Amino acid sequence: MLKQVEGSAAVAEAVALCRPQVICAYPISPQTHIVEGLGRLVSAGTLKPCEFINVESEFAAMSVAIGASAAGARAYTATASQGLLFMAEAVFNAAGLGLPIVMTVANRAIGAPINIWNDHTDALSQRDCGWIQLFAEDNQEALDLHIQAFRLAEELSLPVMVCMDGFILTHAYERVDMPTQEQVDAYLPPYEPRQVLDPADPVSIGAMVGPEAFMEVRYLAHAKQRQALDLIPAWAGEFKRVFGRESGGLTHTYKLDDAETVVVALGSVLGTIKDTVDEMRAEGTRIGVLGITCFRPWPTAAVRAALAKAKRVVVLEKSLAVGLGGIVSNNVSAAYPGSPDDVHAVIAGLGGRAITRGSLRKVFGQAVDGKLDPVTFLDLDYSIVDRVLKREREQRRSGPIAEAILREIGVVAAKIG
Amino acid sequence: MSHQPIRFYQTGTFTVGNRLLPTEERSVQAKLRRTNSLNSGHRACQGCGEALGARYAIDAAMDATNRQLVAANATGCLEVFSTPYPETSWQIPWIHSLFGNAAAVATGIAAAMRVKGRSEVRVVAQGGDGGTTDIGFGCLSGMFERNDDVLYLCYDNEAYMNTGVQRSSATPPAARTNTTMPVGDSLGNRFGQGKNLPAIAMAHEIPYVATATVAELHDLEAKVRHAMEFRGARYIHILVPCPLGWGHGSAETIRMARLAKETGLFPVFEAQHGEVTGVSKIRRQLPVEEYLRPQTRFAHLFKPPGHPEVIARLQQLADRNIRRFGLLDATEAGS
Repeated sequence: MLKQVEGSAAVAEAVALCRPQVICAYPISPQTHIVEGLGRLVSAGTLKPCEFINVESEFAAMSVAIGASAAGARAYTATASQGLLFMAEAVFNAAGLGLPIVMTVANRAIGAPINIWNDHTDALSQRDCGWIQLFAEDNQEALDLHIQAFRLAEELSLPVMVCMDGFILTHAYERVDMPTQEQVDAYLPPYEPRQVLDPADPVSIGAMVGPEAFMEVRYLAHAKQRQALDLIPAWAGEFKRVFGRESGGLTHTYKLDDAETVVVALGSVLGTIKDTVDEMRAEGTRIGVLGITCFRPWPTAAVRAALAKAKRVVVLEKSLAVGLGGIVSNNVSAAYPGSPDDVHAVIAGLGGRAITRGSLRKVFGQAVDGKLDPVTFLDLDYSIVDRVLKREREQRRSGPIAEAILREIGVVAAKIG
Repeated sequence: MSHQPIRFYQTGTFTVGNRLLPTEERSVQAKLRRTNSLNSGHRACQGCGEALGARYAIDAAMDATNRQLVAANATGCLEVFSTPYPETSWQIPWIHSLFGNAAAVATGIAAAMRVKGRSEVRVVAQGGDGGTTDIGFGCLSGMFERNDDVLYLCYDNEAYMNTGVQRSSATPPAARTNTTMPVGDSLGNRFGQGKNLPAIAMAHEIPYVATATVAELHDLEAKVRHAMEFRGARYIHILVPCPLGWGHGSAETIRMARLAKETGLFPVFEAQHGEVTGVSKIRRQLPVEEYLRPQTRFAHLFKPPGHPEVIARLQQLADRNIRRFGLLDATEAGS
């Protein structure tokens, strides 16, 4: 059914259709509306049987989900930013134990400085934690990926993180096609755990493992993630059969056939990128787009195939490997059949900095002209940074870092344009 | 097999052998159908108080729940010495997740059982004092305030023994640990610090809070069984001496636990909904020195020239417990 709803509400409704049995809620912007929505559905008796637990921290949220999942319940939680980091120990633990928890991450920057706006630093900081990580391009896909995530998680007995851009998607009202309960039930069978805490058949879960077996346990997690590279496209296909639309999969391609320049990105910024590419195409530039839906496992073969004809690659990423440059671009380089020198990282949109078509056109144009640096910081005001660095050279007590930048800017306002 | 007839009488002790008791009063551990939930063959040290306490507590919980029990375990000695496969000692469904989240994992298990309509399955969480009073405190307090249907068992050996004896917030004043060494002017762990977890649990007004020691295993079993009669959050704090960390002989574990209680340093009581409902009286009060002297963690207090002023402060703590909980009968208190 077509609806005009907030992204968070759409996700809450989709998660409810997946019949989660235990939901752990801890508030953090911009995820909060999702668990609020689910809480209302549980209180109203629309979603039942379901235990909705208001926990005292994100660490507890993931820990309660671990217990619930190990006891055979379908478990769900949502978080963002600092919350994801606060639960990081349990995030790794859920993956290590092989528990099929599904979690939404409403992507948001990590402090300090504290910042509630969107980028991908939170999810990418956990890229090696063992969770499958899916990135939604729009609200329809965010909704759809959750339904696919439960199926994927439970088949592989691995946790799945569905990432959607904070505010840009979570708080945006868009038209979505909400599936029926019958459709979701047809796609997602009841949870049949591979391991379960049951007095009728006692097992020990989470025992100490020494050097004699640890490598094999870790390899098994890796092998399962590689299996997911086959299952994700297969279930996206089945999803289309049941729901009648394309959603999910490993990657999305756009105007790639003859593209000499390919822009790679994750999440909602793909919309702006496609608009920019359309403009440049109209002017005769052979440029296309590769959207990464599945970041973990990294779809090496799919990326390699998509970039086979590209002369240069621009990876536009909302994350920064401090001291190196790009995170996504490093992954892309590993899959790009050409020279790594032709893979350019463009760090953009950190802390919610607007990514505009104008700026994208400029940087894509530089790439086409062979003038783009290996690492570029989109719309960075170097003059401010240089003045702060100068003061630090001159003054020992140069003061708090972020406050020095704000003082240089002079007004507290979003920098747009 | 019927129970054996009484063959002898013990005199001069306060302990009662099982064979002197009617069948219904005998310990769970004395039953032929005891569950051996924490089975033999684990890797605990000789004289480990925690292994003893856990075995009695979990077997009693199994007995009280008709064997419908699941356990969540914090990281620590108990987790390390009882695993790994194929040598796990646990005969019950058991999960270890992390150091600081046993209470939250147990909440999740209880929620899963409720949602699946299996409310007959009961849940315990267990951890040492570090996993309970320090790193697991947030999750524990959350579980308490939500009144989740979990019995939390804290095996308190008063320091981080698994990592090699470091101070926790349950370490008593003046005790030597590897992070409170009595060197220079230091006389071990500082006075005026530490947490009283049973009191904090009571402040949450949860249905049931109790303390126990491995010196009174009947009492421990009875409290676990009693705890299982309640729904909601319950907490039992069990003093479990550690020969390694306390520096006493491995045959002295029970005696140390008894001395902790008989000196008043460890009050043994029960509480419901935030109010004390019963105390185990001190039968024969002893000065704290009797408890401190056999433990090398307090040896620095007795080296010449000695530190009677520190021992006096510890005696004051014991006396305060005795006053607060009324641990002596009126006649004894006045004498």
